[in-house]
Amino acid sequence: MTSLDLDSNVLQRRRLWRRVRRETGILIGGGMLAVLVLIALFAPWLAPHDPVAQDLTRRLLPPFWQAGTNPAHWLGTDHLGRDYLSRLIYGTRVSLGIGLGVTLCAGVIGTMLGLLAGYFGGRTDMLISFIITTRLSLPIVLVALAAVALGGASLQTLAIVLSLLLWDRFAVVVRSATQGLRNREYVQATRSFGASHLFLMLKSILPNLQNTLIVVATLEVANVILLEAALSFLGLGARPPTPSWGLMIAEGREQILFDPWLIALPGSALCLLILAVNLLGDGVRDALDATRS
Amino acid sequence: MLPFLTRRLIVAALVALAVSGIAFGLMFVAGDPAVVLAGQGRAQDVEIIRQAYGLDRPIAVQFATWLGRALTGDFGTSIYFNLPVASIIGERLPVTLILGSTAFLVAMLVAVPLGILASLKPGGWLDRFALMLAVTGQAIPSFWLGLILIVVFGVWWGMVPISGTETWQGYILPVIVLSYYAMPALMRLTRAGMIEVLGADYIRTARAKGAGRQRILLIHALRNAVLPLVSLAAVQFGLMLSGSIVIESVFAINGLGRLAWESLLRSDMPVVQAIILILSLVYVTLTTAADLINAWLDPRLRSAS
Repeated sequence: MTSLDLDSNVLQRRRLWRRVRRETGILIGGGMLAVLVLIALFAPWLAPHDPVAQDLTRRLLPPFWQAGTNPAHWLGTDHLGRDYLSRLIYGTRVSLGIGLGVTLCAGVIGTMLGLLAGYFGGRTDMLISFIITTRLSLPIVLVALAAVALGGASLQTLAIVLSLLLWDRFAVVVRSATQGLRNREYVQATRSFGASHLFLMLKSILPNLQNTLIVVATLEVANVILLEAALSFLGLGARPPTPSWGLMIAEGREQILFDPWLIALPGSALCLLILAVNLLGDGVRDALDATRS
Repeated sequence: MLPFLTRRLIVAALVALAVSGIAFGLMFVAGDPAVVLAGQGRAQDVEIIRQAYGLDRPIAVQFATWLGRALTGDFGTSIYFNLPVASIIGERLPVTLILGSTAFLVAMLVAVPLGILASLKPGGWLDRFALMLAVTGQAIPSFWLGLILIVVFGVWWGMVPISGTETWQGYILPVIVLSYYAMPALMRLTRAGMIEVLGADYIRTARAKGAGRQRILLIHALRNAVLPLVSLAAVQFGLMLSGSIVIESVFAINGLGRLAWESLLRSDMPVVQAIILILSLVYVTLTTAADLINAWLDPRLRSAS
């Protein structure tokens, strides 16, 4: 690498950093997400009670803004007398864990397919493009529901099924980005040294997709979290007594007439998390776009 | 045009075939279907059922028979209702179609004008308002929004029925929720497309020739900005039809989605298979139609690839 390259690289990075600081979305979204990640990490220390411990003598205690609240449970208790705040705190773990885990697995699958299709082109590309189109044609919620129902509802099954279904956006984006890179001079130069296909894909092309992958992954995390919540809400995701926000909304639905706060709280938590992830993702994308142009 | 058309239709047919294979395969993921059907039956019962349903034949033959019948509208018999699957689906499909198409129309009627208006003054108050609407729309889980609207408008204010679709008022909340889910993407794409097109040379030329503001916007700009929108609209419409499963369960609407969900809980696989197949075929048809519309709108696409 010449010194000129190095300079422009450093310059570009500096410009990116300046954009990042100017982009309010990254600051707000990143800040909110950081707090939520800390909550998930330190859940056992933060939660005042065991999230699954039942106390039938303390059922449906109201939260602090309603009359008759109990200071030991300042966000109330659910229909089985479990502390709602503790369940909300542990729910952060479920959402973030599934969101990040599934995105990682789906990302690996999608990136591999996209690299192969974009790098080799021709028949490989036709075959993989066909797989992508077929996957896109499947009604995702329904197929996920069917697969989870057949595999036995649990968070693990849900995570596996979603990983096997949600790689499409990665594959589409990586494929077209790889097509743009495979005939670049530096790739051809490396090829002329006798580098293997695998080396070219993983060492020459993949590192250049980093920015694109970060953006796709952020938006995909939000998508996965929403799907987990929806499937758990439908009773085909997390099993009781797991403190999943989607499942908590389903359980609170029984009390919708008298205690709508049971639904409002986990739903608001979901909105906050998705908002944080989306703001961060949009901000990163804008910052990267601005530095490129 | 013709080679493009043929190639596009062949791909669509192959995808449809692959999708039906997956829908058919789902029945076998659950384990031996004969055992599932027999329930608590004895070993001989399983054998009788295996022969009665033709489950002793090679899988390829079974698939061909199933597909051949499905093409003529015969999806087999529901294990739970003991009625033809086609007639059960025929009862539920209209509800989902009405809900999906109304919500789609509402989403387009709000998102496209809003996207155009937002693109006129990027950074203006209307643009910010539209962006806020889009950001919140993407962050709020639709099933939760549905429940909250039920509480506020149905329970507290008593303005609309809280479940079912016996009267047209029952459609109001589900349509709002479903269209709000589809709006952000449509709005953002319209806005981005318009901003890009409005900066193009031919718009400046049109302006220089003295064409009116409305004419420039609606004739010169929109026609070009609409191309990616057609594809996205087809995708969103397909997603709304198949995604209404969650909305239908929230509002207790007896549509296709709810039928699929209930059938899954009852392990009524013939019904689930048929619904997955129908929804996938609708999606394939919609996206193929979108590609053809785009090829008709933009001659450059016909020769490309």
